[in-house]
Parts: sequence; C-alpha cells; structure tokens
Amino acid sequence: MDKIQIENMNLHYGDFHALHDINLGIQEKQITAFIGPSGCGKSTLLRSLNRMNDLVEGCKITGDILLDGEDIYKGCDVNLLRKRVGMVFQKPNPFPMSIYDNIAYGPRTHGVKSRARLDGIVERSLRQAAIWEEAKDCLKKSALSMSGGQQQRLCIARALAAEPDVLLMDEPTSALDPISTAKIEDLVLELKKDYTIVMVTHNMQQATRVSDKTAFFLLGEIVEYNDTETLFSVPSDKRTEDYITGRFG
Amino acid sequence: MHGVFFACALASILAVALICVFLFANGVPAMREIGLLDFLLGTKWSPTNVPPSFGILPMILGSVYITAGAILVGVPIGLLTAIFMAFYCPKRMYGVLKPCTELLAGIPSIVYGFFGMVVIVPLIRWFGSRDVTGLGGSGSSILAASILLGIMILPTIIGVSEAALRAVPGSYYEGAVALGASHERAVFAVMLPAAKSGVLAAVVLGIGRAIGETMAVIMVAGNQARLTGNILKGIRTMTANIVMEMGYATDLHREALIATGVVLFVFILLINLSFSVLKRRKNT
Repeated sequence: MDKIQIENMNLHYGDFHALHDINLGIQEKQITAFIGPSGCGKSTLLRSLNRMNDLVEGCKITGDILLDGEDIYKGCDVNLLRKRVGMVFQKPNPFPMSIYDNIAYGPRTHGVKSRARLDGIVERSLRQAAIWEEAKDCLKKSALSMSGGQQQRLCIARALAAEPDVLLMDEPTSALDPISTAKIEDLVLELKKDYTIVMVTHNMQQATRVSDKTAFFLLGEIVEYNDTETLFSVPSDKRTEDYITGRFG
Repeated sequence: MHGVFFACALASILAVALICVFLFANGVPAMREIGLLDFLLGTKWSPTNVPPSFGILPMILGSVYITAGAILVGVPIGLLTAIFMAFYCPKRMYGVLKPCTELLAGIPSIVYGFFGMVVIVPLIRWFGSRDVTGLGGSGSSILAASILLGIMILPTIIGVSEAALRAVPGSYYEGAVALGASHERAVFAVMLPAAKSGVLAAVVLGIGRAIGETMAVIMVAGNQARLTGNILKGIRTMTANIVMEMGYATDLHREALIATGVVLFVFILLINLSFSVLKRRKNT
C-alpha cells in the first residue's frame, strides 16, 4: 500500500483553481520528487500533505488525501498530523534560540520533559542530520550564528526530532551553495532508509540524483508520474520532454 | 536651501542642549549647597521650615513606586492586548480595536486625572472602608496612581510591542506549526521570545512615560511627601513636587525644585539610553 494516497484532489485559492484532479500514490521509504515550472502547483500540493494550506485564507480542498489509509482532512488532529509529517522549508528557518532549544522544540511540544530524554533526542537528531560533529560543542549557541547550509541541516534535524514518518522538503537547497547542496542531497539519500520523503525541486539534476519517483507538474496538473529514470530518459508526454530538455520553464 | 534644512535640524539639537544647560546651571549649585547626599537621600522635605530641609528621597521613591505599579498594571494587559491584536484578532475587530488603542494615547492627561478622581479614587476609598476591608485610606494613593498610569501607558506598550511581534518573520510561525505546535504554543514559545527585545523596548518606553507624567498623578496620588510602602496611602512624585511648589518657591527652595528636575532628567536619560541599547540589539 502507498504511504500517501491522493485521490481526485482539487484545490482552490478563492476563485483560482490551483490544482486539478490530482491522483498520486507516494510510496513508503522512497524519495518522490515534484518538478515543474514556477507556479505549477507543486509546492501547493506538498503543503496540502501536512495541511499547511489551512493557514492560507480562502483555500478549499476537495477529494481525499490518505496517510496510511486515513483521510488527513477528516476527523484528524492537525497537530498530530504535522508531527507525523515533518516539513523542511525553502529558506532555512531556525528559531532565534539555541541549537539545543531548536531541536528540543518538537519533542517538548509533544510532551517530552525529561532532560535526559531530550539530550538523547537532540544528539540522535543532530547525528541523523549529519551536523552533530559541527554542533556538539556549541549546543548553547544561537542557531542564527550558523551558516546557511548548517541552518538547513539543523532544520532537518529539528523536523526529525519530532519523530515523523514522512518528511516534506520544499526546495530545501535552493538557497544554498553547491557544497551545502551536495551535503543535503547525501543526507536525504541516507534518510530514505527510515523515512518517506517528498521533495519539491527546481533543479532537474537534483531530481535525477536523489529521487526514485518523479511527478511533473504543469498548470496545476500532474502531466506525468513515473520512475525517475524512465521519466527523464523516455518521457511519455510531449510536454514532459519539452520541459526536461529545456525548451521552456 | 540646504542651509534652511540644516538650521531646522539644529533647532531641536539646540533645544535639548539649552534645556540641559539651563537645568544643570540652575540645579547643580543647589545640590552643592544642600549637599548631594543630603539632597538625594534626605528623608525630610520641609522647605519653609527654619532651618529648611531639602531631602527628596520620598519623592524619588514615590516616582519609583508609582512607575513600578504602572508597569505591573500596564505591561501584562498591554502585552496580551498586543499578542491578541497581532495573532488572534479577526480583521474586522482589528479595525475597531486599533484606533481605540491609538485614541487612548490622544486623551489629555488632565482628562485621565478626572477619570481617576471620579472613578478610581472612590473605588479604592470604598475598598479601604471599614465595611469592606478596614484598611483605611482616603483613596488618593499609590494604588490609584499606579492603576491610572497603567492605563495611560497602555497605548505605548501595545503599539511598540505589537509592531515588534509583527516584525517577527512569518517563517518562524510556519516552522513551529509544521512541527505540530498549536497556535498558542507557536505564539508563546516562538513568536513572543523572538520579539523579546522589542517588547522590552516597549516596557522601557512605558517607564519613561510613567515617570514623567505629572497632571494625572497629582490628581490621584495624594501628594504627601513621605516615606511609605503602603499602597493605600498617598505619596508625592518628583514631578508633582515641582509643579505644586514652583508657584511660590523662592531662592534655595526654587533651586532645589530645579534640582529635582535634574534628577528626573537623569532618570529619563538613563531610560532613553537603555531604550536605544535595546533597539540596537534588535537590529543586529
């Protein structure tokens, strides 16, 4: 069974019909990439998976999104949903507090109080996000003193500390330099063992490097969804071919 | 044309400089004559006695007590109002609430004073009366002045801390919510700490307003120049001291009042200094 199943989903922002009849199955412990030109709806779909679109006024969603077979828009605690479906944003957004408190924020939110347990979670999360070596001696320092690439790995660690099953990443490397980008890509491949990852990316090379499945979006529709290798080598839709060969977008 | 602008800019600097020079030139000799320690730490203020006594400690403490009281009353209410306005308030209600808080800043202090005299003072007198608590007091008291000043500094506290809360990047809020935090937890555990220095600046500005307030305080504080820690008793602030006696004071008495102004001025300078330090820290 797919980890996330999206069925006949439509999304409107006020009068604007942003997503049309989306049907998509996201597989467990795989990396799924969403590609497509700006404004095609890929980030919108990503943000529907942990209901971040609830924050947008006038946003209406019809159809079903099932996580482990349960509809996340019906009778589901949104805070628990977001604990299970973590998110990493385009621009690193560490809180203006210490590295330790950043990581501990999620567990504390969900009721972990014991210092020893928090210490354990912080170390484990930072190790998972491959930033423990850089951060272990300055856990009390402000997270804002780190470099952009470190901040983004910190944000990944912060998301992991809440113990999610799914990790959503919204162009996680678009604000970073190539070296930091490579580190994040390695990290994502490592995390695949334990987490289901959905990643929006503008960078097609990145999609081919890390993802197992790719969905190509255009004007609010999924044009093509296939194994990444197939989609990039023998696209079945003319529009996909035009996009990946750089004819537009 | 440049010259005109420059002259205008100089006018305000000149005003500050002249006020400084005037205050210190007239106040410092009196401090020297009375003796700085006798002046600042003297507990007895009886300028018309023979020999006179010019100790302003009661007034310094009066200003400090009333200002502290105003902060205790005004900061929690103002801060929570700002949080409500920035993160909870529906748009339509905001359209009413915001102008109301701004209007509060525009009310003349004499009108606040009347409000205090007619509403707050009788309420406290009733509270202290034998039938209720038996604590006594005429109503004109530290408590009355604190409540009234607490209301008067609300617009400052609300305005500055709301701006600080709104200046916190929305990405912090998104980050917190994406970790499964409720709206409350995102607001109080991420947004509020992130606006900390702005909120502190609001408190400091509020202190500045409260310590300098004169008219409203005179009308409700009782104005007895005495040392007391009883909040149901009256007390006199530095500002009240100056206003009430300046009309008939002469010679050393007059200079001692100006010296009281110097002390007030130093207080205000320290407060403004800490305000700009806080502001600078926010910018870095």
